[in-house]
Amino acid sequence: MSAPETQREAGAQPSRLERRFAELKAQGRGGLVSFTTAGDPDFESSLDLVRGLPGAGVDVIELGMPFSDPMADGPAIQAAGLRALKAGMTLAKTLDLVRRFRADDDQTPVILMGYFNPIYSYGVAKFLPDALAAGVDGLIIVDLPPEEDDELCKPALDAGLHWIRLATPTTDDKRLPTVLANTSGFVYYVSILGITGTRTASADVVRKAVERLKRHTELPVAVGFGIKTPEQAANIARVADAAVVGSALVERIKNGLDKNGKPTPGMVPDLLGFVRALAAGVRKARDG
Amino acid sequence: MSALNTYRGGPDESGHFGLYGGRFVAETLMPLILEVEAAYTAAKADPSFQAEIDYFAKHYVGRPSPLYFAERLTEHLSEGDKGAKIFFKRDELNHTGAHKINNCMGQILLARRMGKTRIIAETGAGQHGVATATVCARFNLPCVVYMGVEDIERQKPNVFRMKLLGAEVVPVTSGSRTLKDAMNEALRDWVANVENTFYIIGTAAGPHPYPAMVRDFQAVIGNEVREQIQEMEGRGPDTLVACIGGGSNAIGLFHPFLDDKTVRIYGVEAAGLGLNTDKHAASLTGGRPGVLHGNRTYLLQTDDGQILEAHSISAGLDYPGIGPEHAWLKDSGRVDYVSATDADALDAFQMCSKLEGILPALEPAHALAFVKRLAPSLPKDHLLVMNLCGRGDKDVFTVAEALGTEI
Repeated sequence: MSAPETQREAGAQPSRLERRFAELKAQGRGGLVSFTTAGDPDFESSLDLVRGLPGAGVDVIELGMPFSDPMADGPAIQAAGLRALKAGMTLAKTLDLVRRFRADDDQTPVILMGYFNPIYSYGVAKFLPDALAAGVDGLIIVDLPPEEDDELCKPALDAGLHWIRLATPTTDDKRLPTVLANTSGFVYYVSILGITGTRTASADVVRKAVERLKRHTELPVAVGFGIKTPEQAANIARVADAAVVGSALVERIKNGLDKNGKPTPGMVPDLLGFVRALAAGVRKARDG
Repeated sequence: MSALNTYRGGPDESGHFGLYGGRFVAETLMPLILEVEAAYTAAKADPSFQAEIDYFAKHYVGRPSPLYFAERLTEHLSEGDKGAKIFFKRDELNHTGAHKINNCMGQILLARRMGKTRIIAETGAGQHGVATATVCARFNLPCVVYMGVEDIERQKPNVFRMKLLGAEVVPVTSGSRTLKDAMNEALRDWVANVENTFYIIGTAAGPHPYPAMVRDFQAVIGNEVREQIQEMEGRGPDTLVACIGGGSNAIGLFHPFLDDKTVRIYGVEAAGLGLNTDKHAASLTGGRPGVLHGNRTYLLQTDDGQILEAHSISAGLDYPGIGPEHAWLKDSGRVDYVSATDADALDAFQMCSKLEGILPALEPAHALAFVKRLAPSLPKDHLLVMNLCGRGDKDVFTVAEALGTEI
């Protein structure tokens, strides 16, 4: 069964995201997707961090757009969003952060993840061109299921952004085609029932889930929620096209703050060190 | 655009009331939302479901609640040949002391039909938590209630009542630590426990089908008023007034009358310390459309689309959003949305207690504060019905503190 890259024009230049997954396939390895919240703990540190991610081995950068009421996120990412908001982060500044990252890196795909209200408030018609101009490659909007595709999904696809959808253990075979219909770039498989950063699924369960998805789509499948160590990331990268690590990074940011909530000098290097370990795990996952 | 044929036709198939409503939830919840919708559609078409609701409404909840002519209040608010005849719809006399149980009974009977074995709920004032804990005890289902720590502090008696009823009350420390955060936590629980858990949402908000379903369960209020006032006065009401937090008691009273063109309808929001301050909960008057908790509706929010904390002396109105059908009724102009401050509500609370021997909850005290403003200008034969949707026993500590009295 095929699920075409909907909306994207045939013969169009492959996007950064498509090129990246093609490279991973050529290298015969799974990728590493990092999640951090834009502006956590403050704009400059966040930008420093994001600039360091590709060098530390991240293949796709996912940035959270802070929201006051992140219903699908666990305590770690909730706290990250609140830190960023407290430091004055806004959606406009998130786009600015991407733009500044993009000035030095035209290769690494950047995906924005978040909730609809800040974008709705910004205005969909203004947001899409601004996001494209900043160098955003795709969107994951947690509270826009296929039933609400007219809101942002279809306009985003028309504008040339990828629309990455979450598939979950509750997405059964009957519903899966609905979920995949307007998905592009990759499918993000949420490996557990629950919020970010809580439970961890076993590699065997994930393998079966990825196999099921692959029967329905030719898109790459990234797996996330609950991946906290290089070993776990390696286990996922063995069976999926990419592993997403989020809460574990965000926790490290928190641990790198002083008692006033300011980043310590070691925060960014420590985090990038951890990312290197994750990347090493992912890179040797399919060896031998 | 021509005038609508009906104001009672919503929502459409995908759960929209005009621009508002919808199903803005995470994919994990989507299959379950569709399952709830299918189960509710089937139940609505099954006479045995309504019969079951009717049985428990009569024998357990104590319906119908009386429609009461508030004679002394009417007298008090009359001047010369002016002063509307004021009636209270006494939903505070329901078992558990508020209208909330009408909805909880309907939802738990639906949860049972769906074979769900665990119930979760959010609560602000604690009235919905108590009502949920009550029906869970009655039907022997485990119950987890999420409640902001700010509200736990303000509503200690209800917290203890929930515990006595066997519910687990989970303190919510995230965000502003009030009702919106309790709802976030309940949604997080639901995402993690979709297979066995039913979420009893306490107001006519959230993803479709909740706004319509909760409204249907609360419409018993308006339907009873129609019969009762006909019996007492030989005709229908002229004006309806109800307070609005999420808006379930109000939509329950209003909905049966939306197509009665001569009936004037007022929803009263909580103006907290005043609409010109940032301490209020009037999302229709002071907010703008946005997306939160599964639906599009009016929200209190920053320029950047971040949700603001609401403020009201009444924990039950302290929510930065409102049910989507109210948002639509505002835009369509069918219902007038007004507001009353904390101070107005406190005055009305005391007035009602002394004149009628009824301690109203601080929520309907807001509706009463507006009645106090409106009634004196209306003719004497004008029939005004206000939903007295909860009793004030839970609020005596708050009121005492506001009045500077120690108890």
